[in-house]
Amino acid sequence: MDPTADRPRLARHVRLSFCRRRQRPILQLPETVVVLNGSGADILELCDGRHTVAQIVAELAGRYQTVPDEEVRRFLAGLLARRCVELENADG
Amino acid sequence: MDSPYGLLAELTYRCPLACGYCSNPLNLADYADELATDEWRRVLVEAADLGVLQCHLSGGEPLLRRDLVQIVAQARDLGLYTNLVTSGLGFSRARAEQLRAAGLDHVQVSIQAGEAAGSDRIAGIPSFHRKIEAMGLVKELGWPLTVNVVLHRHNIDRVADVLGLAEEVGADRLELANTQYYGWAWRNRAALLPSRAQLEAAEVVVRAARERLRDRMDILYVIPDYYSRYPKPCMGGWASRQLTVTPTGDVLPCPAAQPLPLPRANVRTDPLAWIWSDSPVMTAFRGTDWMPDPCRGCERRAVDFGGCRCQAFQLTGDAARTDPVCHLSPDHGLVVAAVEEANAGSRTDLALIPRPHRGN
Repeated sequence: MDPTADRPRLARHVRLSFCRRRQRPILQLPETVVVLNGSGADILELCDGRHTVAQIVAELAGRYQTVPDEEVRRFLAGLLARRCVELENADG
Repeated sequence: MDSPYGLLAELTYRCPLACGYCSNPLNLADYADELATDEWRRVLVEAADLGVLQCHLSGGEPLLRRDLVQIVAQARDLGLYTNLVTSGLGFSRARAEQLRAAGLDHVQVSIQAGEAAGSDRIAGIPSFHRKIEAMGLVKELGWPLTVNVVLHRHNIDRVADVLGLAEEVGADRLELANTQYYGWAWRNRAALLPSRAQLEAAEVVVRAARERLRDRMDILYVIPDYYSRYPKPCMGGWASRQLTVTPTGDVLPCPAAQPLPLPRANVRTDPLAWIWSDSPVMTAFRGTDWMPDPCRGCERRAVDFGGCRCQAFQLTGDAARTDPVCHLSPDHGLVVAAVEEANAGSRTDLALIPRPHRGN
């Protein structure tokens, strides 16, 4: 991931939503559901194709003092590997 | 007890195909009185209230339900992620566009082998080319495509063809699942169970393809549990995460549980919330209290939950025994015998008994 050029965007087949029953944010995928914590949901909400990786990391740092930058990057890399997010690249 | 995450809606057991590995129940004629559209609508509302987030629309062939688009629209309105599991037959452009407009999220198309002659032979009717067309339509209309292939003795040697086909049609996911022996597949077990040499050769091919296609395709490979040391963690535990509603409204923890001697629970007579929390069919094997030895004292009891209750019932006649697939099971000899038979040097291939298209 290029932190200043890559802009993550939720893949089309993935849906970020909220489960009323569980009162938790969720990520819906073809074969599974991931129940998210607050920071996970915040990161996914920022995967809108407009924010760069660096901007997402900075935004999370502003919201959560307890979530290290490295963890945000790792979470994004995991989403990318599972193809829950795609990257839009300003240069590409 | 948590809320269920997924609902498997078996809309009908009618099917244009006649695959001998089908896991639908043998008594298909008992499922003619299918739930009406409004009944399915109510089931979906109750399921969403209960916490269900995903709805798998399956069968049989769900496209044989004329109200499929309405059912999808209802599920989608309730915020459920909708997944259509189809043979591809009946997936016309008009129907596909309606489903797209109704909000269907994902499509899985089955194919029986990587080339026409083999696929049509296993399916029992010429269907390969229509399936390829359906896959093309899925991609064209912008859905993610999963290709489903059930592997067995008659097609596993040509798994490379299947991988090539999945790549050619641009599949996003490929599910290669070795046959699970329920329903018609149980009846055909001797004809379907592959040899160890077949499995080992297939695994080499799948592993190489997974590496080669890493950036383009997720390849899920489900090994046959008869060859594993421990049983599969069936359904993530009995009535733990999923529920199945059959075409006539019976509610089960999994689609294979139909033959088990447990009292019926049906959406026509009982609220889904009560069925999930309190009905005997759901509570019978929930948690770990029901477990016999050797599961009771086993450190893996929370890993595999004693394996599959339906398999235990089929092999031993008692659903409360340890899954005989487990090498620690006192009944493991039953599985060993089936495996030995599949590996006997003198073995010739047996013909598959096709499942009927419908129950009559």
